[in-house]
Amino acid sequence: MRLQGTGLTLSYDDRVVASGLDVAIPDGSFTVIIGPNACGKSTTLRALARMLKPRAGTVHLDGSLITSLPSKEVARRLGLLPQSSIVPDGITVADLVGRGRYPHQRLMRQWSKQDETAVGSAMEATGVADLADRCVDELSGGQRQRVWLAMALAQETSILLLDEPTTFLDIAHQIEVLDLCADLHEQGRTLVAVLHDLNQACRYATHLIVMREGRIVAEGDPAEIVTAELVRDVYDLRCEIITDPQSGTPLIVPEVRRRARATASG
Amino acid sequence: MTVLRLASWSLRLSPRGLAVCLLLVAAGVAVSLVALSTGEFTVPVPDIVGSLFGRGTPAAELIVWKLRAPRVVTGLLVGAAFGLSGAIFQSITRNPLGSPDFIGFTAGAATGGIVAVVLGGSSWQIAGGSLLGCVACALLVYALSFRNGVQAHRLILVGIGVSALLTSADWYLLTRANINDAATAGAWLTGSLGGRGWEHALPVACALALLLPVCALVSRPLRMMEMGDDSAKAVGIRVEPVRAAAVTVGVLLCGVATAATGPVVFVAMAAPQLARRLTRSPGVTMLASALMGAVLLVTADLAAQRLLAPVQLPVGIMTAAIGGTYLVYMLRKERR
Ligand SMILES: Nc1ncnc2c1ncn2[C@@H]1O[C@H](COP(=O)(O)OP(=O)(O)O)[C@@H](O)[C@H]1O
Ligand SMILES: [Mg+2]
Repeated sequence: MRLQGTGLTLSYDDRVVASGLDVAIPDGSFTVIIGPNACGKSTTLRALARMLKPRAGTVHLDGSLITSLPSKEVARRLGLLPQSSIVPDGITVADLVGRGRYPHQRLMRQWSKQDETAVGSAMEATGVADLADRCVDELSGGQRQRVWLAMALAQETSILLLDEPTTFLDIAHQIEVLDLCADLHEQGRTLVAVLHDLNQACRYATHLIVMREGRIVAEGDPAEIVTAELVRDVYDLRCEIITDPQSGTPLIVPEVRRRARATASG
Repeated sequence: MTVLRLASWSLRLSPRGLAVCLLLVAAGVAVSLVALSTGEFTVPVPDIVGSLFGRGTPAAELIVWKLRAPRVVTGLLVGAAFGLSGAIFQSITRNPLGSPDFIGFTAGAATGGIVAVVLGGSSWQIAGGSLLGCVACALLVYALSFRNGVQAHRLILVGIGVSALLTSADWYLLTRANINDAATAGAWLTGSLGGRGWEHALPVACALALLLPVCALVSRPLRMMEMGDDSAKAVGIRVEPVRAAAVTVGVLLCGVATAATGPVVFVAMAAPQLARRLTRSPGVTMLASALMGAVLLVTADLAAQRLLAPVQLPVGIMTAAIGGTYLVYMLRKERR
């Protein structure tokens, strides 16, 4: 496997988020990580992308220790869209997307033809090409998220980690972004995304990782692992699993609160 | 952005940024010439240029090269150093109030200098004292605001507190000094270019020559880091070494500049902000900030010498007056 973490202990100062965590991303997969808030999804992603130094354990990329590879070299193979980023004052969309080209640039090669093409197609793919000259801080949350995604795409890495890429989007834009991810996956990239919507996760993931309190509770093909028991164990939520009429993947239908319904009807 | 290409080489330039820098250079030259030629005795500009090539009158040589030029050159260099230092810290803290005059580094340098004055130090010892004070204060502020990493707003608040403490320490030290030392120290505390010779310009020039290349190297990574550490790391920037290098350069520039003139406030705060607004650059602009700092300081010094002539104001009072106005204007604008 190209990207994997072994025996990871992840912590912020004294606060240990995960210990003895083994996580492997199947090559060419569209892996989706789900789990309740604060269970360590972002932390795991950050460790895989060398944002966070594990207190113990190792992360390997293409067989080498990720810390032993030059930083720019890693950035040409592995991209990350963080959960939150800061928009610099007054930056234009094209400028921000162009910053994704940094690992491909050198002192004497600051803007090649290839940079130009990559930025152009990243903006096309995310539908922000029309906004190229607008200031990012004037955009809506959804447009902004797509600009950040475009920046990550412009980096042209074969592995791409996305932390909650759909969070600020309305349902139509969520599906648009996920379809885009599915396209990227079909073109041969390895994708890892943290999502909140279980049904979307089941629909798009080829490999699902379910986390709770810093541990991986289940992983594999969503159709095989997602059960009512799993959802109850992980989210403390009672539900029924039916088949998604559109995609044939599992569809989680939460149970109706009996008392609430009784009050409503009575 | 314009791209210049030659074979496989390519350079990326902002035409507007370039134009602003050229304008600032022109403004700097113009103000410097005025400062060199006017005063109690007027030296015509051609004589100044003549003496530059060793063909001036002895009077022009004396007035221009011994008296006025060191003051102007020191002003330009110190202004540039403050501008750069401000640009670095504002970029790291992502906040205009993150400049060294607010987060206590300038105050540390000042106290270090005063201690040296009170101990009867020579001008080199005073310079050393203020450099030491700046570094010590930077370490102190950093340590006090460190909790699970350094957050910008905590750094600024701690810095303001430490500044206030140091200022009261300064005045206490002044009361303990003998009357001559107290007068020297008091004048130095407001930040002044009066009576500066080549020996004041030289250390700043050396520091700039050494540290400017580092500034150039870290400027692009710093701009990326304004998007957050994770975003910067994602594109392959080694955030910690870049930040350590930038902080070191910023502290040294602030210390060396304060050593030469005393704490001239607000230049480090205002220069990078003005530079950014003029160039419309997203993020820190090192070169424009340095040039803007230089122009601001010599202009303020010229105004301080001429406005109330023959009364000579220390330049620090002038920059405080202009800078304070600018700060209020900026905060009012930010509100909207
Ligand atoms: N920068 C940080 N400093 C301290 N604690 C953090 C930090 N980031 C996250 N945490 C803590 O680590 C735990 C896991 O967080 P995270 O990985 O962000 O969760 P998730 O992405 O699954 O919602 C949480 O309890 C959170 O409070
Ligand atoms: Mg998260």
